[in-house]
Parts: sequence; C-alpha cells; structure tokens
Amino acid sequence: MVESSPEFVQLLTPDGVRVSNPDLDPWVTDLGGEQLAALYEDMIVVRRIDTEATALQRQGELGLWPPLLGQEAAQIGSSRATREDDFIFPSYRENAVAYVRGVPFADIVRVWRGNAQSGWDPYQHQLAAPNIIIGAQTLHAVGWAVGAKHDGVDSVAMTYFGDGATSEGDVNEAMVFAASFQAPVVFFCQNNHWAISEPVGLQAVRSIADRAPGFGIPSLRVDGNDVIAVIAATRIALDRARRGDGPTFIEAVTYRMGPHTTADDPTRYRDKAELEAWKLRDPILRLKRLLDSLGLLTPELEARTQAKADEVAAELREGCITMPDPEPLTVFDNVYATPQGTLDRERAQYAAYLSSFEGTSTSTSNTEGRS
Amino acid sequence: MTTPGAAVTPLTPDTTTKTLTLAKAINAGLHRALTDDPRVVLLGEDIGALGGVFRVTSDLLAEFGHRRVIDTPLAESGIIGMAVGLAYRGYRPVAEIQFDGFIYPGFDQIVSQVAKLHYRTQGAVKMPITIRVPFGGGIGAAEHHSESPEAYFTHTSGLRVIAVSNPQDAYSLIRQAIASDDPVLYFEPKRRYHVKGEVVPELGISMERATIVAPGTDVTLVTYGPLVPTARDAALAAADEGISIEVIDLRSLSPVDYPTLEASVRKTGRLVVTHEANRTGGIGGEIIASLTESCFNYLESAPVRVTGFDIPYPAAKLESHHLPDLDRILDGIDTVMGR
Repeated sequence: MVESSPEFVQLLTPDGVRVSNPDLDPWVTDLGGEQLAALYEDMIVVRRIDTEATALQRQGELGLWPPLLGQEAAQIGSSRATREDDFIFPSYRENAVAYVRGVPFADIVRVWRGNAQSGWDPYQHQLAAPNIIIGAQTLHAVGWAVGAKHDGVDSVAMTYFGDGATSEGDVNEAMVFAASFQAPVVFFCQNNHWAISEPVGLQAVRSIADRAPGFGIPSLRVDGNDVIAVIAATRIALDRARRGDGPTFIEAVTYRMGPHTTADDPTRYRDKAELEAWKLRDPILRLKRLLDSLGLLTPELEARTQAKADEVAAELREGCITMPDPEPLTVFDNVYATPQGTLDRERAQYAAYLSSFEGTSTSTSNTEGRS
Repeated sequence: MTTPGAAVTPLTPDTTTKTLTLAKAINAGLHRALTDDPRVVLLGEDIGALGGVFRVTSDLLAEFGHRRVIDTPLAESGIIGMAVGLAYRGYRPVAEIQFDGFIYPGFDQIVSQVAKLHYRTQGAVKMPITIRVPFGGGIGAAEHHSESPEAYFTHTSGLRVIAVSNPQDAYSLIRQAIASDDPVLYFEPKRRYHVKGEVVPELGISMERATIVAPGTDVTLVTYGPLVPTARDAALAAADEGISIEVIDLRSLSPVDYPTLEASVRKTGRLVVTHEANRTGGIGGEIIASLTESCFNYLESAPVRVTGFDIPYPAAKLESHHLPDLDRILDGIDTVMGR
C-alpha cells in the first residue's frame, strides 16, 4: 500500500466542485474567472511542454526528460503564489516552475539536451540551477533565507523536493537549521508517491507533513492536484515567512502519472489500477470541470489555450533542434572564477592538440608543455 | 531582482608588524576580513562564545555580533549547504569544520555543490566560500581528530586547496582565500597553531605560488603545512653531512605551482616529497608523476615519497610511527642521493 494518511486540505474536488475551507478560503478570494482561466492555461501549456519534450527525447533530440505529468497543479499553484523577488531552489522536475519564472522554453530543455548543466542564469529568473543531488538544494534555500533576513528584506526562499528527498540527511538538516534561525523559507514537498520505483511508504511510515512539527516547523498537507488549495497553502506559508514567523512545510499530495524519467519503466513496479485511480484526480480535468460549471469554459478559452500551448511547443521544438553544440574549448570555461595555473596549462595543451587537426598535414604538432 | 555582491571592499592599509601565533594570525586575518567587507560571515560549530575549540575565532562574536559570527547546529552538510545559500545571496561565507575527520558529512555539499556551481551555471553564480579545516596529527588526539583529507579535495575541480605553515602565510592567505571568488579549502596545521612568527599585514603573498623556504642545490624537498618545520630541520641536518637541500613549501595544493617546482628539480636533479597524508592517491604521487613528465631528463634518481602509511590514522601512542619525522625524511634523502 503506497497511500499514506489520506487527509489533506482541499478546495476543489476531483469532480470540479469548489468546497469551502474556513482556513484556506480567505487566501484565494481574489481568484475570479480570469485568474482561474489563466491557471488553466498555465497547466495546459506545461503539460504540452511535457508532451513535446518527451517526443523530442524519443526522437533523439534530448538525452533524457523528467516528466511532471500529473504534478501541474502543485508546481503552477505554488510558483504562481511567489513574488518576483522570492528565490526558488528547485530539483530537476520543476519544469513548470521554470516556465512560470520566465525561462525561455528552449532553455528549459537545454540541460536535457546535454548542452549545459543549467539552462539559465539564476539571478535573471530568481530560480537556482536545478539540483540533481536529492534534497541538497533545501540547505541552499535556508542559507539564502538567512541572508535575506539579515539583509532586512521580506523576500522568501522556496525550495522544491520530492517524497524521496525527505529521507535524505540534507532535508532534515535544512529543517533543523531553518527552525533554529527562524529562516524565511518554504519547504515545498511534492509527494508524488514514487521515488523511481520506491513507494512513498518506504520513505515515510506516517504522513510526511507530520514530520515538520517535530522540528518546530508548522506544516500543511494539501491536495496537490488542487491548484486553488495549493495557492492558498503557499500564500499562507509565504505570508508567515514575510511576517518574520519563520519556515513552513507544505506536503502537496500528488502523483507522478508518467515515468521518473524517459529512461524509466513504471509498469515494472506499479499497478495499472493505481494509475487509473489517479487519472480520475487529474489536476487539469478538475479545474476544467470547475470552469465548465461556472460557464467559463468557452470555445474561445479552449481555442486560445490550445493555440498558446501549440505556440510554446513549436518554439520549444525549434529552439531545441537549432541549439548549436557548445564549442569544445568551453569545456574549460568557468571551472574557476579566476585563472588557475594547472587548468590553464591543460586548456593550452588541448587547444594546441585540436589545432593540429586544422590546415595541412605538415602543420606543427603540439609540443606545449614538453621539455 | 537581487544581484550577488561580487565585488570585495578594497582592503584598508595596515602596516603594523606583530609577532603572533599561527592561530592568532588567522584570527587577525578573519578580523580584518569582517571589518573590510560586510558580506563576510563566519559560521560553524562553537565558533561564537567559545571562539572555536582552538580559539581561532576568539572575540569575534563579541565584536561583530550574531549575524556575522554564526554558531550553527551540529551538522557539517548543513554548515556547507547554508554557506552555499548565503553565497547565492552574495555573501562571502567562511565555514569552520571543527576537525578534519568531521568534514566527511559535508563532503557532498563541498564536491557536488560548492565546487561545481560556478561551472554548472556557466559563471553566473559565484561561490566565494572559504572552508577552514584544522588538519593533521601530532597532538595526541582521539580518532577522527588527526586526519589529512586534502587529497580528496585536490582531486575535485573547482576547488582551490591551500595549506599554511606559518603565521605570516596564515594571515595573508586567509585574507586572500576570503577575497577569492573561487571556493577555497583552507587547511590549518593544528599542531603548529601555537608556533609564533612575525606578521606583516600588507606583505604580498600569492595564494597560488609555492615558496622556497631554504635554498639548496642537491635535493628538492617538497612539503606543506605541518611538515614544513620538520623539512627545514631535515635540511639543516643534511647540511651537516654535506648535502644541500632546497625546501619548498607548496602553500597551494590545488593548483600546484609547477613552474617553481620544475625550476628547482632542473637545478637539483633529485626530488623528495613528504606529507602526513597516506601515500596511495596522495599529493606526493601526483607531484612526482607531473615532474617526471616535465623534468625526466633532469632527474638523476627516481623521486621518493616520505608519507604517512596506508592505514587509518592510528591511536595517539602510535602516531609517531605513522607521521614522517626528521629521520624518515633523511632516509628518503639518502635514497635519492644513492647512499
């Protein structure tokens, strides 16, 4: 059994019914038809990015791709709740967060094309380089948050990680440090139920949200497939941090409907019935039903949303396949911020070696560094 | 949007020469760095009220307060990971690892994050982090308190690794380490903390350059950190036997100052490298391999390593057998001299 404690806060049922919650409702009073439509568009677009990137991987244009299929509400809701000056420390699956933060579409796949190890300048988007070491980024968020607090600003650090990461020492150390320093940080755990082939029950015998209070950090367990509840929960956490009340832990209960990455085969480790059950709780479907019930699901909205998704996908594809390979000698760039003797020698030697292939066969061979 | 504070405040002039212990020299260097640049923060276990278990950070909390001198929970990965986040925000963190043997819980953050973030982000994110590590043996300590883990870090690209041997270098190089936009592992020889020496505040010493501490013509003897005084003693003893030893203090273990070493080996034709760390995979082997490649035709005998053995650091009553001493170094010199 992979399902841990089923209780979580919810504002939108899988049937698209808006339910009331006195604690959360006050935080989403501004979400009118226009805002709901925008969230719907966001989720449609990032699902389309996922589909397109998966296709690009299958076509050999990407080495790998980590789909977020099913986690659209968790990522869109939480990141749309942040302010521009908040700084986000993600893992490697937060492609919707990168989209929200304005990362150019091709740059979202740059890492997965093998073109670079980070597709964007973190300071341009207030979004750190994606971290592949599980949970390491949570400590970076705490350090950044302590710095922000000392700088006297009310910016908040938010960090994303999965259920598997909560077993790592770093995530636990991050909670100790955050509590000790009352750091303005939001821990946003996407419990997507699977760490590659390992069910969440192997990482946590109780709900993950139950852990944080033991560190002195209040936590919220929210339906991660309910974009409205995710926004409410994240706004509560961000507000606490801005007011100087310290860290908050959010467990967004969601589900990875696809594989861990395109190299993974989830049919080897999970029941089809489980996937089918979660398909009924699809985050996009339920918002679509709400919009429909409100009379907002107009053909115009559908057409506009699909057009945007197609446009983004086309731009992503074009940017991906026309991305030039990096120049060979850039392999030596940025290892150090300042010149470093040994590496400068290696670069010079390799440059001479490469240049020995140019021009005529009688060109001088590399003798650099030989006595 | 927040931008990182990349620039360092220019160092203020101070020309008063003082006699300080190596520990006090580092303390003075930290004091200057904290004074000169408001983005410098210290963090570590027991560094505040106690002033660190070796008192290297004595009195800094009282003067600079809790926002600049941060006592942390007891978690090394946490200390380094927090330093990464502070650096992301434009701070220049100086993290203290209490003892060499405690650095391993922080190893992942050092080699996977600190070392690589500048490269990973194509230069966008700087990691001007200094990690201070008291290292080496000779103080009769318990297990995990006498290790020489420097080779793990010299093997990792993106890190600079330095080891100091005297108060002057300790003062000058801690300031350079903190001012460096690259991350620096700063190894402090704990058995030399109480060695006194003159410190000239504005003496220009390059972090990347080795120094010839005793000139000689017959053998190049390369070392660093705690063994520098031992190597000098060996050179004096060898002189009594008519052998002229050139002692080189590497200072920088990554990068190694090969031009200085090559010039010396081309002059002497013989090479001995000595360090406390285990032999296998140690810096001595790397230096000998590199100098054999570049100076093969100048060598008159096979280079020799005089190192700690390939054993876990032994109990205190056995450490004198593990650590290279004057006699073992002289034995190595005899070998390259063909005696």
